[in-house]
Amino acid sequence: MDEDVTLVVNGRQHRVRVEPGTPLLYVLRNDLGLFGAKLACGLEQCGACKVIVDGEAVPTCKAPVESFRGRSITTIEGLGTPDRLHPVQQAFVDEEAAQCGYCIPGMVVGAAALLAKSPHPSDAEIRQALERHLCRCGSYARILRAVKRAAAAR
Amino acid sequence: MSELPPSLARQPDLDLWIRIDPEETITLFTGKVEIGQGLKAAIARIGAEELDVALDRVRVSTADTAHGLNELFTVGSQSMEESGTSMRQAAAEARRRLLALAAAKLEAPLDQLHVRDGTVSVRGGDRRTTYWELLGGRRFDRAATGEAAPKPPSDHRIVGRPARRSDVVGLVTGTKRYVQDLVRPGMLHARVLRPPSPKAELLALDDAPVRDMPGVVQVLRDGSFVAVVAAREEQAVRALVALRERSRWRESETLPPSDDLAAWLVAQARRSFRVIDGVATDAPDAPLERSAEATTTLAATYTRPYQMHGSIGPSAALAEWRDGELTVWSHSQGVFVIRAALAQALAVDVAQVRAIHVEGPGCYGHNGADDVALDAALVARAVPGRPVLLKWTREDEHAWEPYGPAMVVEVAANLDASGRLLDWTHETWSNTHMARPIPHGDRSALVAAWHRAQPMPAPAPQPMTFYHAGIHRNADPLYAIPRRRIVKHFVEPHPLRTSALRGLGGYANIFAIESFMDELACAAGIDPVELRLRHLEDQRARAVLRAAGERAGFRRRPREPGRGSGLAFARYKNQKAYAAVVVELRVDRASGAIALERAVIAADAGQVVDPGGLAHQLEGGFVQSASWTLEEEVRFDRTRVTSLDWETYPILRFPQAPEVETVLIDRPGEPYLGCGEAAQGPAAAAIANAVFDAAGVRLRDIPFTRDRVRAALARAQR
Repeated sequence: MDEDVTLVVNGRQHRVRVEPGTPLLYVLRNDLGLFGAKLACGLEQCGACKVIVDGEAVPTCKAPVESFRGRSITTIEGLGTPDRLHPVQQAFVDEEAAQCGYCIPGMVVGAAALLAKSPHPSDAEIRQALERHLCRCGSYARILRAVKRAAAAR
Repeated sequence: MSELPPSLARQPDLDLWIRIDPEETITLFTGKVEIGQGLKAAIARIGAEELDVALDRVRVSTADTAHGLNELFTVGSQSMEESGTSMRQAAAEARRRLLALAAAKLEAPLDQLHVRDGTVSVRGGDRRTTYWELLGGRRFDRAATGEAAPKPPSDHRIVGRPARRSDVVGLVTGTKRYVQDLVRPGMLHARVLRPPSPKAELLALDDAPVRDMPGVVQVLRDGSFVAVVAAREEQAVRALVALRERSRWRESETLPPSDDLAAWLVAQARRSFRVIDGVATDAPDAPLERSAEATTTLAATYTRPYQMHGSIGPSAALAEWRDGELTVWSHSQGVFVIRAALAQALAVDVAQVRAIHVEGPGCYGHNGADDVALDAALVARAVPGRPVLLKWTREDEHAWEPYGPAMVVEVAANLDASGRLLDWTHETWSNTHMARPIPHGDRSALVAAWHRAQPMPAPAPQPMTFYHAGIHRNADPLYAIPRRRIVKHFVEPHPLRTSALRGLGGYANIFAIESFMDELACAAGIDPVELRLRHLEDQRARAVLRAAGERAGFRRRPREPGRGSGLAFARYKNQKAYAAVVVELRVDRASGAIALERAVIAADAGQVVDPGGLAHQLEGGFVQSASWTLEEEVRFDRTRVTSLDWETYPILRFPQAPEVETVLIDRPGEPYLGCGEAAQGPAAAAIANAVFDAAGVRLRDIPFTRDRVRAALARAQR
């Protein structure tokens, strides 16, 4: 029943053998060892599992892995590393825009996708773009400042 | 010689607190845990300061039963006071010991030694050594004595100064591993099939087809406790869906009427206590007599529904049974307590259980972290030698976490003609705010234990009577009032599971008190800030009120229709951090929507250790409280909880998030006070007071939904 699926993640090709219908998130985490995208709601409601696919930030906790064939997937790990932070990551660090941090990789991915399309978004555009990202620690204001800082640094 | 802080006095062995590592770093140990509140960053600063080492050399290791440092629970905003103060003393003692070793090695008197980043040198010479040469990889083998004095605040170079939190890089790059991200060789994945309603019993389970599903290793059934363990995570998830379809349950109507919760709560059997000086007592209770001088008399009732912790991540635990020994990696708030609770539920000796704290998603109180540890342990016992990572589903989380209990608060007071408070009555009804898994005889507070074929029922909730405990936390106003009657009503029936949610009873009690202060001010024609200041003798309280008002420019802006501002204040537990909150908002009369624009929080948390962390805790506390206050209510019918995800239990989102500013009043030399819970109560009341200012309607029932705002506006027009 398992099928081979070839994925392009962070610029590298991976072949995995899984049952069709397996959400991409489990493959990223458990097969490719990319734990940055978080399993949080499993219902596409909170944004913690988002990755960038063909330029769009999309949730991965339900969408089946086979629907990502031939598409370019960038995870938080592909944006930057602790030694080479992506400008959005740097802005989050500068604003200390994280408490527990569980939602933050999804936030960074969402913000990076937004800024790639719209380099200087308005406050309202940022809020709308991140509307489907939930933060329970209450860091929204800092995250907004971080996204604006990243935009200003471009 | 000074008295040791309590945590250090109980466990004075320096090796429990500090290790001079072999590799030119220092590891600090705390018996508390990191729950997103920034504890590790603050402990690191204290240790680095006292030891005179650079902050980036310091590692902080949180609770692990095998290490041995036991600081019970990480609760009540007490970690800085308890663990932080002990670390300050332990580090001062460690430094003193290191300097004694250095003096002997360098053959120099102590007063000629100088430390810089762990290098000890003799003044005016070139002889030097380092902490690591002196003790790297070796033990202190000393107990703290109280002989070492921590630095005076005037010498601080790290404590209280801004510095970046070093762990943020791990968070923003996704490299930090939470308990949900752990991997062990041969690890299996598991899920639990939780009952569909609180008292449901499993009648039938057709699990044979599920056992044959790909990857399924085992389906466990023990009474109404059902779990599945599989090779791959998605296989466990699929098997769970199949099990749910193949299960039949007997359900019963055990829940109260959700549309009239307040009336239900005050009508139930209860145990009542007169609260005197913050303590619940058996003192006789009688209504206060109205003074002849009273010219303004007012009474009002405030309510709060059941509300969730609502952690973004699912509760999770990794468990492994090997040779009869259980190891559990857990985001519990108390590893020694969960160890004892697991040992009891599993009928093994505590010595056979090790609990290791691993960070999880934000916690905010007693959530599912403990329960899932037993779930994982039960599954792991069925597959000995195989590590099992078990996660709750979002539905498990929403339906089974212990909620912050619903509350009803009735307040009444009299003012004299000069605007002085003559008396104050505060009655507060609620369920327990404390159901943590402390083992009780043959009872267990862990969900899975209730559902097994040989069930261990939940301990009967007991009222807490100690100083500002759950229901009566902050029930006693800090204001100077000649006569007061404070009554706590512990409501006996517990149809929904409840326990500690950030702020406990303080949230609703402060919401009531601080809303009522504005109602009194309005009735008596007095400025609300002035009414508070007239009754506040505590200078630190007055200072935060003034600071918040000044920073916000409170009520100094020209009035605009639909816009308003409100202020509220409290000292958490009447003896911890002070916080005053100003809120500016708009009320849209047509839709009933409340739009928060700006919040200013002024706080005094004693001596500031980590200003950035402190500010962030206050901001986050405000935003979470705003979310509870504007949006949140656990929904249920008579049988089932119906708030099962983020659509049916909405929380605050980006479009509603206000700007938040903080003003920290540093008090060098005063005890550290945590402030993770200081803003919750004032936030709710400041919002209510601002709504009144903006729209002329008084909201007393949380949450302030659009429907409620519109209904209040319609009533006001009649």
